[in-house]
Amino acid sequence: MRHLLSINDLTKSDALSILNTAETLARASDGPMKKLPTLRGRTIVNLFAEDSTRTRISFEAAAKRLSADVINFSAKGSSLSKGESLKDTAQTLQAMGADAVIIRHNASGAAHTLAKGEWMSGSVINAGDGTHEHPSQALLDAFTIRKHCARGNEDLTGLRVAIVGDILHSRVARSNVVLLTMLGAKVVLVAPPTLLPIGVQSWPAEVSYDFDSIIGEVDAVIMLRMQIERMTEMFIPNAREYSRFFGLDKDRLATMRANAIVMHPGPMNRGLEISAESADSARSVIVEQVKNGVSVRMAILYLLLAGTQELEI
Amino acid sequence: MGEKLFIKNGTLANGSQADISISDGVITSMNTMPSAPEGARVIDAKECIVLPGLVDLHTHLREPGKESAETVLSGSLAAAKGGYVAVSAMANTTPVADNASVVEHVYRLGQNAGIVDVFPVGAVTQGLAGENLADIGAMANSDARVRVFSDDGNCVSDALVMRHALEYVKGFDGVIAQHAQEPRLTHGAQMNEGIVSSQLGLKGWPAIAEEAIIARDILLADFLQARLHICHVTTAGGVEIIRWAKARGISVTAEVTPHHLLLTDELARSYDAVYKVNPPLRTEKDVMALREGLAEGIIDIVATDHAPHATETKECEWQQASFGMLGLETALSIVNQTMVQTGLMNWELVAARMSSAPAKIGRYESHGHELAVGAKAHITVINPTATHRVDRDLVLSRSRNTPFHGLELPGVVMATVFGGRLTYEGGK
Repeated sequence: MRHLLSINDLTKSDALSILNTAETLARASDGPMKKLPTLRGRTIVNLFAEDSTRTRISFEAAAKRLSADVINFSAKGSSLSKGESLKDTAQTLQAMGADAVIIRHNASGAAHTLAKGEWMSGSVINAGDGTHEHPSQALLDAFTIRKHCARGNEDLTGLRVAIVGDILHSRVARSNVVLLTMLGAKVVLVAPPTLLPIGVQSWPAEVSYDFDSIIGEVDAVIMLRMQIERMTEMFIPNAREYSRFFGLDKDRLATMRANAIVMHPGPMNRGLEISAESADSARSVIVEQVKNGVSVRMAILYLLLAGTQELEI
Repeated sequence: MGEKLFIKNGTLANGSQADISISDGVITSMNTMPSAPEGARVIDAKECIVLPGLVDLHTHLREPGKESAETVLSGSLAAAKGGYVAVSAMANTTPVADNASVVEHVYRLGQNAGIVDVFPVGAVTQGLAGENLADIGAMANSDARVRVFSDDGNCVSDALVMRHALEYVKGFDGVIAQHAQEPRLTHGAQMNEGIVSSQLGLKGWPAIAEEAIIARDILLADFLQARLHICHVTTAGGVEIIRWAKARGISVTAEVTPHHLLLTDELARSYDAVYKVNPPLRTEKDVMALREGLAEGIIDIVATDHAPHATETKECEWQQASFGMLGLETALSIVNQTMVQTGLMNWELVAARMSSAPAKIGRYESHGHELAVGAKAHITVINPTATHRVDRDLVLSRSRNTPFHGLELPGVVMATVFGGRLTYEGGK
């Protein structure tokens, strides 16, 4: 595997190998030697054409724990914001010797364009492209669900996961539907009809407009961030109404299964899609997702860049 | 002029054999002859179909304004290579062809190139802005004698503006060629809205955004007893609505592009912007409905919507890329593959859909006539069984955004004769 552009690039065994490697690396990170020498001398570029502090620092932390050199190249003030083409940026990074480029971009398919252009020899890792995919987020979500909910299996067989909110514009949802299903879970998408794409019937997921009928039947619920623009774009009438029908408040929280968990990719809009009680409850694994994100991203970098090299811990 | 040509051993669209003698721009004989007339240049049309010269009603030649992508000359050469003898230069140039001086300029560039007849299309509204009517009468009355008006690239979305445009051009037998795209339903749209767009996260362009305008304009054309032409129909629903209109005798004509006869939205999965086009590639079901509609005559013509774009506007993120594809050089091969080889159309229908019907819609009186003694010699010779591999580096267009790159297509244009002159000779 050279690039990670889409979950569709992965087989089930690739996905499990990322999760298993992440577990090994997580154990190592909890030990006395946080930093591993694995990617010493390798250069990793964070090419962030769209703001995302969380994902950027998560990848940065992951790369640094593997001893790689990290160059941050972010939107504001960069040549990309001055209209430089992706091609020229790629060729520049190639000339500077980038072994991997982690790209975040507001255009769906930008990571594909960067990789398929053959403008550079390094790996391309999609850190979120428009409303298309966010593979590392899905992998960290799967990692978190497996840790808390797996029924004695290596995969997610037998589990049911709800993804709630703006599915139409969500790259997290697109990656998760494919990955969680591949790993054996059943996914149910919960949203008002305006926030579900035409064509969603082709996805390997159930669809529901009624959060209350679903909340008590799932092992994990992933709450998506609700963008304020969606109200002015008339996808929903207003925030109050959204919150009432699709928000995770304490009443809904109380109806969840005994060991079910609450997840959110962040950043949260407390009081809109999720109440403070839910975000801070014992069921919430939202902060742990951030921690797991570093381990999973270490695994991705390790597997793409170090390949078959034995993991020395 | 003065050149003598002899096209021997060809098969006409109706299946009969003929040797065609041409002199001083006119067909002088269609009798089989044992040998070529003296001094005539011989074109061997053995195993070839000899058609009336092709006419394109929808072409972007980019001049003036984007000469890096195409010029009237380069577009004319590409047209001749595709078997065309006439093209219709769309109005969305810089400056816009919304007044007599721009259309006359483009018309003269075409005359000077002398490879095909270039008929300028006039804008419907000033600056293609959809608000105020352009100098329609002045363009009609100019040396370019404009009869086709279109804001192509933009839809004339305001119902009142469209009403007045349809009515106004009745005064000189003009036609409004509508780019049917409801703007509010397609704001920021990137590709057909459906299964593929849902998976790719690209903003959808629903079929109904096209169909709603087609339906509205058909009702307007009926009410006003005016002539309406629908550019590049792409949906099964659009074909249905036009079928309904024709059954009621409403004066509507429609076109389909070669790419919409062959390609589907599945190609967008590559995120290769060469497949980004307006209107977008649709589904297999739509492709099949378009083919049936074309065979049946619900869709009257094939028009290329040849849309050259400089490399840098395609070699980028999909959502940043320009809309459009090349079409002139491959149109006849695509029609051969999708319509003739599938048994949906014979060569007589090809001649109707690609020569006589477009000439009639555009009121291009010197074009689209059956090959006959005394007729102007506009002729296309195609070898339908020979194949060629499309190579974007070998196109005559100044741009290379062909979606057919690498495809092996059936049908090689062997000769194009424009007004008795050989403007393209292929198969060498």
